[in-house]
Amino acid sequence: MAGMHSSVTLTLNGESRVFEGPADGPLSVSGLLVVLGLDTKKVAVERNEEIVPRSRYTETWLVSGDSLEIVHFIGGG
Amino acid sequence: MSGTPSSEKSEWTQHMDFSEDEIQRYSRHILLQEVGGTGQAKLKAARVLVIGAGGLGSPLMLYLAAAGVGTIGIVDDDVVDLSNLQRQIAHTTDRIGTLKVESAAKAAKAINPDLNVEAYATRLSADNALDLIGRYDIVCDGTDNFGTRFLIADACALAKRTLVSAAVLRFEGQLSTFKPHEGGPCYRCLYSEAPPPGTVPTCSEAGVLGAVTGVMGTLQATEVLKEILGIGESMSGRLMVWDALDSRFRNIKLRPDPSCALCGPDATIHDLSAHGTPEGPACAI
Repeated sequence: MAGMHSSVTLTLNGESRVFEGPADGPLSVSGLLVVLGLDTKKVAVERNEEIVPRSRYTETWLVSGDSLEIVHFIGGG
Repeated sequence: MSGTPSSEKSEWTQHMDFSEDEIQRYSRHILLQEVGGTGQAKLKAARVLVIGAGGLGSPLMLYLAAAGVGTIGIVDDDVVDLSNLQRQIAHTTDRIGTLKVESAAKAAKAINPDLNVEAYATRLSADNALDLIGRYDIVCDGTDNFGTRFLIADACALAKRTLVSAAVLRFEGQLSTFKPHEGGPCYRCLYSEAPPPGTVPTCSEAGVLGAVTGVMGTLQATEVLKEILGIGESMSGRLMVWDALDSRFRNIKLRPDPSCALCGPDATIHDLSAHGTPEGPACAI
């Protein structure tokens, strides 16, 4: 409906969750990371079994049915 | 089943001059159609650099040694500590206090005396990385801090060397192969820069299940052998993530990032000058 925020249903780390998009448009990967409170330097984002290039976070729009996994940066040996 | 049929042996010895002992030692490899005599000769001629003789480096190096990789370089400036022995299986209780590279070389040579080990009891730095890495065909990252991981990634891309990289924390492991010189993504396409110091927990703070390092180091060895032999599907362009608690492996597609500072068309990293002294460990020594 006009005037309402768009909402998307995503599968995040295997669980179905509903996210509200921002007032001015759809939800991007960077928008999702802000909502989740995640530092982009500490994670990589997998969308539909593919890593989203970091440089594309702001222009990668999420749609209902997308499956996302947060891959945490680890460096132990 | 034991031994090698004589007809197979004569075909096999045409490829390279192997001793009777070597033919017996590698008989289970030679039986594999994908390896055979030709593949075993490739392994013998290969030079692999293992950076970090810890939880990942231990099984990695031991399996490469057992497989008949001819020359293995090992880089580590640390000494064996009691707290290492929960996972770093190349080392032993009676070698506590000795250099890890010496302890690791001893373990590898005990399995395979024909192996040529080149031990570097030094910390990889911007000053020595290109020279060291340039001496080898394939480089393996089993290090414990982000500073060294980015140094290795940059040096391998600049020197056009294949990097087989693995990392662990708690119950999780990650693995990929980076070949930007062949059009694949590099490490910085996955993680552009090190996380701010102190924001990602270390293994000494968060812990790691010892066997998880064994699985990931062994997977790393398998991928190195595949790269040398040129068999199967390379992990270049894919990230493997393993969650030991879920017993779940995932393979995620990884493409080159067109904005990558290391391998992109407008790359800004052309040397190692941005690398100062590596920070402290991200995973316990």
